[in-house]
Amino acid sequence: MMDMKVANLGAASMSMPAIGEPVTRNEEANHELSIRVRDLNLWYGQTQALQNINIDVYQKNVTALIGPSGCGKSTFLRCLNRMNDLIRGVRIEGLVEMDGRDVNEVRMDEVALRRRVGMVFQKPNPFPKSIYENIAYAPRMHDLVSRKADQDELVERALQDAGLWNEVKDKLHQPGTSLSGGQQQRLCIARAIAVQPDVILMDEPTSALDPISTATIEDLMDKLKKQFTIITVTHNMQQAARVADYTAFFHLGELIEYNDTKTMFSNPHTKKAEDYITGRYG
Amino acid sequence: MQTNQLLLLFSGVLLLLGLIAFFMGRAKAARVRSTGTSMYAQPDQYAWFTVLATAGPAVLVGALGSFVMLLLGAEIPTLYLLAGSLVVSCVGLMIGMNRVRPDFHARQAIERVIRFILAGAALISIFTTFGILFSIISEAVRFFQMHSFWGFITGTTWNPGASFLEAAGRADDAASAAQFGSVPLFAGTFMITLIAMLVAIPVGLMSAIYMSEFAPAKVRTLAKPVLEVLAGIPTVVYGFFAAITVAPVIVTIAGALGLEASFNNALAPGIVMGIMIIPFISSLSDDVINAVPDSMRQGALALGMTRGETIKHVVVPAALPGIISASLLAVSRALGETMIVVMAAGMRPNLTANPLEDMTTVTVRIVAALTGDQEFESAETLSAFALGLVLFVVTLTLNLVSVIMIRRFREKYRVNNL
Amino acid sequence: MSQSFDEISAQLKRRHRKSARLKWLSMGALGLAGLFLVIFFADMLGKGLPAFQQAQIRVEVTYSEQSQQLPLAAVNEDVRELVSRGWLRTLPMMMRDNPQLLGTSRQEWVLADGQVDQYLKGHYTRLDDDEKEIVDALAEQGRAELQFNTTFFSRGDSKMPELAGIMSAAMGTVMTLLVTLAVSFPIGVMTAVYLEEFAPDNRLTQIIEININNLAAIPSILFGLLGLAIFINFFGVPRSSPLVGGLTLALMTLPVIIIATRTALRSVPDNIRHAAFGVGCSRWQVVRDHVLPLALPGIMTGSIIGLAQAMGETAPLIIVGMVAFIPDISASVTDAATVLPAQIFTWAGEPDRAFVEKTAGGILVLLTILIAMNATAVVLRKKFERRW
Ligand SMILES: Nc1ncnc2c1ncn2[C@@H]1O[C@H](COP(=O)(O)OP(=O)(O)OP(=O)(O)O)[C@@H](O)[C@H]1O
Ligand SMILES: [Mg+2]
Repeated sequence: MMDMKVANLGAASMSMPAIGEPVTRNEEANHELSIRVRDLNLWYGQTQALQNINIDVYQKNVTALIGPSGCGKSTFLRCLNRMNDLIRGVRIEGLVEMDGRDVNEVRMDEVALRRRVGMVFQKPNPFPKSIYENIAYAPRMHDLVSRKADQDELVERALQDAGLWNEVKDKLHQPGTSLSGGQQQRLCIARAIAVQPDVILMDEPTSALDPISTATIEDLMDKLKKQFTIITVTHNMQQAARVADYTAFFHLGELIEYNDTKTMFSNPHTKKAEDYITGRYG
Repeated sequence: MQTNQLLLLFSGVLLLLGLIAFFMGRAKAARVRSTGTSMYAQPDQYAWFTVLATAGPAVLVGALGSFVMLLLGAEIPTLYLLAGSLVVSCVGLMIGMNRVRPDFHARQAIERVIRFILAGAALISIFTTFGILFSIISEAVRFFQMHSFWGFITGTTWNPGASFLEAAGRADDAASAAQFGSVPLFAGTFMITLIAMLVAIPVGLMSAIYMSEFAPAKVRTLAKPVLEVLAGIPTVVYGFFAAITVAPVIVTIAGALGLEASFNNALAPGIVMGIMIIPFISSLSDDVINAVPDSMRQGALALGMTRGETIKHVVVPAALPGIISASLLAVSRALGETMIVVMAAGMRPNLTANPLEDMTTVTVRIVAALTGDQEFESAETLSAFALGLVLFVVTLTLNLVSVIMIRRFREKYRVNNL
Repeated sequence: MSQSFDEISAQLKRRHRKSARLKWLSMGALGLAGLFLVIFFADMLGKGLPAFQQAQIRVEVTYSEQSQQLPLAAVNEDVRELVSRGWLRTLPMMMRDNPQLLGTSRQEWVLADGQVDQYLKGHYTRLDDDEKEIVDALAEQGRAELQFNTTFFSRGDSKMPELAGIMSAAMGTVMTLLVTLAVSFPIGVMTAVYLEEFAPDNRLTQIIEININNLAAIPSILFGLLGLAIFINFFGVPRSSPLVGGLTLALMTLPVIIIATRTALRSVPDNIRHAAFGVGCSRWQVVRDHVLPLALPGIMTGSIIGLAQAMGETAPLIIVGMVAFIPDISASVTDAATVLPAQIFTWAGEPDRAFVEKTAGGILVLLTILIAMNATAVVLRKKFERRW
């Protein structure tokens, strides 16, 4: 039934998009390719969690991943910076290409990949160090700064960018864990942007936060996309509609629809996405 | 022998009375019930209640009596005590029988008694601690009446040899006066503890890191029991190993390097003690490292840290309070360890920083003081308790600090879990 | 402008090497611990296995009047120094018990002297060259050989290595542990039941809990001081007896049993208690009929582990005098006795080198028992482990 609708709509629109491209283009968005995914399959032991995912993610945009719980959004996100390596029994097939390189190839250094593809987690996870150290630690290890003054400046800039500077500038040497949940999450974002990655993955970054902190982080994403490519997972439709340029809908391990956010929420291309967005689906 | 027979008699009669109480109590309860009166409890429960009423007070009187005799030295003829407690038990039987009435909550009464007995058992652990404290302090005080506390703490000569002369009132000869300066003993103890820690902490911690961060599941399931075997080897066995196998090896190696080592060198017991403590540190550290939430590791890895950096800069610092706490416990263990040093370390108090020389420890001197042919009253014997007191205070402090640290560690991660 | 993968990888080389070094180092540490265990067991087996064999020589034994007076006369002069003195001393007694032996003489396998034993095992020996030649000749004829050492398992201590055995120490260990078990098991279980099921959450309960944990970490030798000052000097329990040793060890085992029992009780889910309360059981009935039976495997496991620990304990027993020289197997808990680890300690201090193998042999026996006990505990735990 769904296929019929796809076919109908497909026939109605002028031309079918190429594989992995969004159904409708968002003309305001940037279209330089950041990550290209082709025929990505993933198994946890015997169970397949991702099936034939094809998607082109564009630079300096916010791309939102939505879909019911357990459909594979987090799994997909972890494929992009190889965090799945940490899980036993994971098998991956297919292509995830960034900067002309397959990230899964043997010669790819996953540490280098993660340097360019940062991640912010669902629960804030600041290190048990001071606020300052939480941010300065990684850049120092990556030799991005050498002098103390540079380091101070970098910490300040990251905190400014994350919209946290005013709140913490007087207590930089208190432990990161002493902050509120929303502040901790912004600290984690500051920590991620301090190493100057190309892409930032966010897995439900606001799901543990109150509405005000959520709004702050949404604003932040909007600001940060000028510098970074952001891929975020969210269960909150309004959030996706507010912040994302493109939205991808996952269902049972498949990418059902990848579309311009406005079109996705006003005139979805597939029945399943429509059901999900209008709340007819769990 | 006399007391043994009396005890037997006492138990026999009490058993008999108990049996009588049981059957009488049950019979009465059954009789009452058969008249159709409804009762609060089962006949058996009334029966048990009468048994308790019979035996409980008698045992209490007997125990109290013997305790008073032992403690205060009061001369109560045992026969009277026996008779007295048996009379009490008969009275108990009568009262118990009298209470077998339909409106009496026999079950609740039994439960109260059981609760009391259980609480009494729980208090025994407290008594043990007080027993240790009391026995050590009282004898140590007697020691400090003979020798100054200050001299004990700061003196650098430990020479108890002549203390028996002193006890015989012939301490006029200054050359043979006993000296109890404990500094060399503590120096030896700390030296051997230090060596043990230098072995145990790096190896134990690194093993824990390997097992929890790198090892495949198979290696882990194999390595844990292997380490547990190390922990289960009795210390006397380690002592033999240190003295017979390790010490000669060290002497040989030192000889090859042109150094002179004693067969009772501090290195052998230190190293072997360290090996003994490895599993202690590794299993405690393994626990705390595993308790560090995975989100910490993921956070670091996602920033482009290598595995090693994640462990060194994030996991270990996060687990540090737990690791320190484990190490403190280990130090406390090493300080109190006895058999290894008794068998492999020297007897000679020796204030030196050279681990190849022989030196003695606190525990060695405690054993030496208490296994000789000394009178219990002699200063040498009592000095064991003075040493024991210091050992107790130091290990207790270490244990408490360690408990507080580990509690902080736990709380930290509970709070952080938003 | 961000860096390319290759640029970053190049910078990462050094950091990867460091990370790998940590991995190898930590693996080495674990390997070191394992290596030590291997060396240790190899050493103990090498030193201790010979203890299970004993040299016997086949000689002509003459049961005459003369040898009743002077047992040395029972054997030929050339082998007199080679048979065990201790064995010779038992001859008159044997002849008294079996009068028909008198006047006979026969070829017999008899216990060899400890030095012969050491020589046949290729160890250092005090035999002189002539004696060595005789032993060699006997061995050639098949009249001197190593046989299974029954003496080691059936006799008590002796100053003569060929007659020294672990039996009296083993009996002492059994009696001591029985006392330990009889005292610490009921008290430990009762304490744990009280703390888990009955105790109100007040100051006193907290103090008891802290105290129990602390008791588990007090150096064992201090328990010896307590045993000496309180049990022996104050209550007058006989020194060196399994009673005082058992009581001392009981206090040390108590925390182990309490902690294990509490864990076992805690792992019984609350809904079982609620169900039992629901059918009108009182608190004590719930504990006795429902909770304790379910917790029993855990309690047993903990008790076995506690006993195994107590069994290897030496220091406090030395303090209460259980290092006595016990040639006979004692039968009462108030007689002087020794225990396996104390026997090991005593033998380790013997100057005669033949005792090294006795010591290591005793260690092998002790370790075998301990490993068996711990394995039993593990099997019990595996078998009854329940996931609620
Ligand atoms: N570590 C794992 N091992 C085995 N299966 C896993 C693992 N992680 C996820 N899965 C399975 O893979 C599927 C996708 O999980 P994933 O976490 O990617 O879902 P999700 O879309 O992020 O869900 P949610 O919105 O609840 O976070 C689920 O069926 C899940 O059970
Ligand atoms: Mg998810």
